[in-house]
Amino acid sequence: MSRRQLTATTGEAVAAYGLVSPWVIGFVGLTVGPMIASLVLSLTDYGLVNPEDASWVGLGNYAEALTDDPLVWQSLKVTAYYVVLSVVFELVVGLALAVLLNVGVRGVGVLRTIYYLPAVVSGVAVSLLWLLIFQPSSGLANAVLGLLGFDGVGWVYSTTWVVPAFVLMSVWGVGRAAFIYLAILQRIPTNLYEVASVDGVGSFGRFLRITLPLATPAIFLNLVLAVIGKFQIFTEAFVISEGGPGTSSLFFVLYLYRVAFRYFEVGYASALAWLLFAVLLALTAVAFRTSRHWVYYEADRQ
Amino acid sequence: MRARTWEPVVGPRATGPWARRASIALLVAGAVAVLVPFAWMVSTSLKPEAEVFRQPIQWVPRTTRPENYAEATTLIPFWRYFLNSLIVAIPVVIGTVMSAAAAAYAFARMRARGLRVLFALVLATLLLPGEVTLLPSFLLFRELGWVGSYLPLIVPSLLGGGAFNIFLLRQFFRTIPLAHDEAARLEGHGFASIILRVVVPQAWPAIALVATFTFVETWNDFLGPLLYISDQDRYTLPLGLNFFKDIYNTQWAHLMAASLLALLPCLLVFFAAQRAFTEGVVLTGRKG
Repeated sequence: MSRRQLTATTGEAVAAYGLVSPWVIGFVGLTVGPMIASLVLSLTDYGLVNPEDASWVGLGNYAEALTDDPLVWQSLKVTAYYVVLSVVFELVVGLALAVLLNVGVRGVGVLRTIYYLPAVVSGVAVSLLWLLIFQPSSGLANAVLGLLGFDGVGWVYSTTWVVPAFVLMSVWGVGRAAFIYLAILQRIPTNLYEVASVDGVGSFGRFLRITLPLATPAIFLNLVLAVIGKFQIFTEAFVISEGGPGTSSLFFVLYLYRVAFRYFEVGYASALAWLLFAVLLALTAVAFRTSRHWVYYEADRQ
Repeated sequence: MRARTWEPVVGPRATGPWARRASIALLVAGAVAVLVPFAWMVSTSLKPEAEVFRQPIQWVPRTTRPENYAEATTLIPFWRYFLNSLIVAIPVVIGTVMSAAAAAYAFARMRARGLRVLFALVLATLLLPGEVTLLPSFLLFRELGWVGSYLPLIVPSLLGGGAFNIFLLRQFFRTIPLAHDEAARLEGHGFASIILRVVVPQAWPAIALVATFTFVETWNDFLGPLLYISDQDRYTLPLGLNFFKDIYNTQWAHLMAASLLALLPCLLVFFAAQRAFTEGVVLTGRKG
């Protein structure tokens, strides 16, 4: 290596470190540092009020959360219920939508824009819109139910229907997931379908034998991201139901927020945050562990 | 990468005309279902308050009240909140795009010891739920005296711009031929100049995509302002709307008018960036 090349590479390295340095500072200062701090805090009874009185409690917070706090289990239960329903719907409806969008019709661009709109407008404004829709007396949701011949329900004012109401909201935003599936569908070589057609395989058979297997990598990615994302539902619940009625929509992050900023128990809330992380890591690990049985990768066959 | 335009994809998948017709019917029905809540929002926002819960439901208001919009913006200091949201969102978008693009360029196109490890760490943080770092970050910003200001909402965006954005931009930057960088280097351009002259022009769809997502996320962010902003004059729109709901919780028509106005910037940004948007989404997918 000549001297000139050597300096060029060193220059490149210096430039590269310079370019990534903001991220590194953020990673150390706003990710690794806080993670360590959070772990330490979770072993104390640190409070937002009178923090100087904090003392070590060892694993006490974790023990309390797991054995002595019914709200932890209630919030995990409610959140799991929501996550399972919304992720399954997102998977099924999202995939169906992607297949339909992939069919190729004139004007499909307009339809895609419409399906993507809910993803652009999340947050408080949309939560308020759904709160209006879910009003039990003469809200739109019950009007639609009435049109279909069903009795109205209490939606976000009913312990039974509050979680399904949030699921319905999340299904409304399914276009976002459909786009991930669409990306994969558009890469499936068309000659596969042609060959299958020649062999006399019907359209549903082609979906089962070609589309579905080839879409599994996208399904897998989306499943992992969807579980992580849905598990952290907060704003909708804060604005619409405030965890109620009772604790029937006390999602985990909402409970964590309350513990930290209403009861000021930062130590205990930190332990809850680590429990959340542990649950998500475990779910991700399970997904990866089982993925080799059902996720199809082109490269595996070579 | 071949640019995919906003044209209908002519699919060979659709078989007979019957299947095609059924698909169209389902797609249109679904699109109508997606639009119905929006239509209800518009309709409600134009009704007199007394008509909001009239039964059977009224899609077209008997009397139209466009005044709701003007009144909604004075019931709460709407435009103050709107301005506050902009004051947060604009620096966040700029900071995110710049710092994510810088890191993504290094990860995509440069060689240096340790870069691979750093990139693996970027990916690892994708799986980290924000709640884990939320409380210590709050304590840190409180220690710095930043609570009550917009700094905790803005400064983090300058430091890396988020793992997903780095990842997305890196994937995109990798599709640009390295020869273009070499040519610029031979002409005597430095790295900063190469990024600005070679990479940015070719990667604008991905950059527009990151900017759009970031704007939408920041504009709609509720938890951040909820934690850090308590002074009502400094409320961003999501806090302002929630406040509106708490104090005038029966004035649904006005609430919908304010909510609709609050959504408009996101819709405008989305439509403006739409071409780049679909291109990028189709390339990478995104879960926000």
